[in-house]
Amino acid sequence: MNLAAGVEGSNTALNIGIFGLFVVITLYIVFRASRKSKTAVDYYAAGHSFTGVQNGVAISGDYLSAASFLGIAGAIAINGYDGFLYSIGFLVAWLIALLLVAELLRNTGKYTMGDVLSFRMQQRPVRAAAAVSTLVVSFFYLLAQMAGAGGLVALLLGITNKAGQALVIAVVGIIMIVYVIIGGMRGTTWVQIIKATLLIAGAFVMTVWVLGKSGFNLSELLGDAVAKVGEGGEKLLNPGAQYGKTGTTQLDFVSLALALVLGTAGLPHVLMRFYTVPSAKEARKSVVWAIVLIGIFYLFTLVLGYGAGALVGADAIKAAPGKANSAAPLLAYALGGTVLLGIIAAVAFATILAVVAGLTITASASFAHDIYANVIKKGAADDKAAEVRVARITALVIGAVAIVGGIIANGQNIAFLVALAFAIAASANLPTILYSLFWKRFNTAGALWSIYGGLVVCLVLIVFSPAVSGKPATAATPSMFPNADFHWFPLENPGLVSIPVSFLLGWLGTILSKERNDAKYAEMEVRSLTGAHAEKAVAH
Amino acid sequence: MSTTDQGPPSPDWETIQQSAEFTQLRRRLRGFVFPMTIAFLAWYLLYVLLSDYAHDFMSTKVFGNVNIGLIFGLLQFVSTFLITWLYVRHANRSLDPVADKIREDIEGGDR
Repeated sequence: MNLAAGVEGSNTALNIGIFGLFVVITLYIVFRASRKSKTAVDYYAAGHSFTGVQNGVAISGDYLSAASFLGIAGAIAINGYDGFLYSIGFLVAWLIALLLVAELLRNTGKYTMGDVLSFRMQQRPVRAAAAVSTLVVSFFYLLAQMAGAGGLVALLLGITNKAGQALVIAVVGIIMIVYVIIGGMRGTTWVQIIKATLLIAGAFVMTVWVLGKSGFNLSELLGDAVAKVGEGGEKLLNPGAQYGKTGTTQLDFVSLALALVLGTAGLPHVLMRFYTVPSAKEARKSVVWAIVLIGIFYLFTLVLGYGAGALVGADAIKAAPGKANSAAPLLAYALGGTVLLGIIAAVAFATILAVVAGLTITASASFAHDIYANVIKKGAADDKAAEVRVARITALVIGAVAIVGGIIANGQNIAFLVALAFAIAASANLPTILYSLFWKRFNTAGALWSIYGGLVVCLVLIVFSPAVSGKPATAATPSMFPNADFHWFPLENPGLVSIPVSFLLGWLGTILSKERNDAKYAEMEVRSLTGAHAEKAVAH
Repeated sequence: MSTTDQGPPSPDWETIQQSAEFTQLRRRLRGFVFPMTIAFLAWYLLYVLLSDYAHDFMSTKVFGNVNIGLIFGLLQFVSTFLITWLYVRHANRSLDPVADKIREDIEGGDR
């Protein structure tokens, strides 16, 4: 038996076979969907023609990344309670999308976040700013997913040399580019729906299996996890194992919690999903479905995490390649042997592939629609075909950047990169969206200050944080550059500072500028609340 | 289906914005979502701060191996589902009928 690499019991041929089946089926569906995708509204927003339920499932597909599945289950298995904290932030965040953003955004925009932010502002500067922040957030999120793909390869296919992993990252990138370029938003949405169904079904089966082993008694399962650790196992059930070490780590946790809860409703690939449905009412329905599915999924990961702790054991997980990320696959093997491991491995791959596709279409749409059509061509919407062509070329470029970036970032801390994307979204996007929808006085200067200000403060604090330099390679979570030390900001997550600063800058920029356009706000407010003149679904 | 690109002249948005119907719609929306947002953010932050700084309290066993921290965390799920349900009910009963009426008035006038 080959124990040199990969998870013990992993059958490489079986893993690749199941994953290959997923790729073949989804490619077939994407090709079918592409026959209906002719125009810009098809490419960007799937003709606004998905139902709320379909879009809700697709949102959960976009949102539940490999970091959610492998990352949270692993964090709970090793750090216990503190891993659970992540999932709560990720879930509660959806209430902001539901109550404040989704419906109003659907009513006022067409394809991108820039549509809404520039609605009553000077078009070109605000659209350019919205596109810049969309591209930056998508880039960090993409890096996290692609870096995760490299780690997953080591784990599941037993490929440990960097060149082999780079090859697999490139294959993942190329399949994703095919999805996006051929299928557009319609094809990508179907990929999300299939992936979400597989992921949630897989997690459900494992959850019932784990609970069945402890007589469907959660308390007993927790007890088993504690017993497996032995001396000091009690810590697994109590908060503080990961973040309670010092005053700084405690403050860092508050910062992270803030970024998680305020970041979701500012993620461009989540916002863009609201345009795939025909009305605000369907957008509301899609968020409700997303909340239910995502909430249930995170309850599953709680059981899976403690289940992995009880059945596999934290020590075995830490010793496996991929460390914490291997908790869920190892649990699958402990439960259902090679076959279940193969299925879960393929689902994890599909998860990365789908999330990467969702990010790429968002970034390409924002570049083509906001920068090419409205900034470069000055909104002269004469040639929609050219705009879609630009979007497809952009998708190709972004795909190539993601492949190269993923190869370089291979081995970086995935959870950190994802938290970073959330922090930037919460700082640069959310304040601007909320001001734009609810504050009459808000103007171009305010929008530019909050987007660029939030972005710059966020990035500067990250560069000078211990996450980038100052922690040696021997630390539990080493810095990106473990041999250098130029950090002066104590926290790894900048949210605690950058989010309030961005709100403040948006306000300050607004009142320092004389511009105000009450008539345009009247139009925006009436349209956002009533749906009058909203983009309608395209009939085929 | 009405076209939005080159439709008839724009409605008088400012008059509509100041109408009694629209003011009522705005008050009903903001009156629900603003307090609710403050409430769930406060509730979430309370949970975060307790998990972060009140380890002993959160580690208190309630029954079996289940402690206050776990129950508190699960209650965050419950409150999220509950607020979602309350909002949908509010929107269906109090927001949609008013919004639909105003929208039909505006778009009816276009044709």
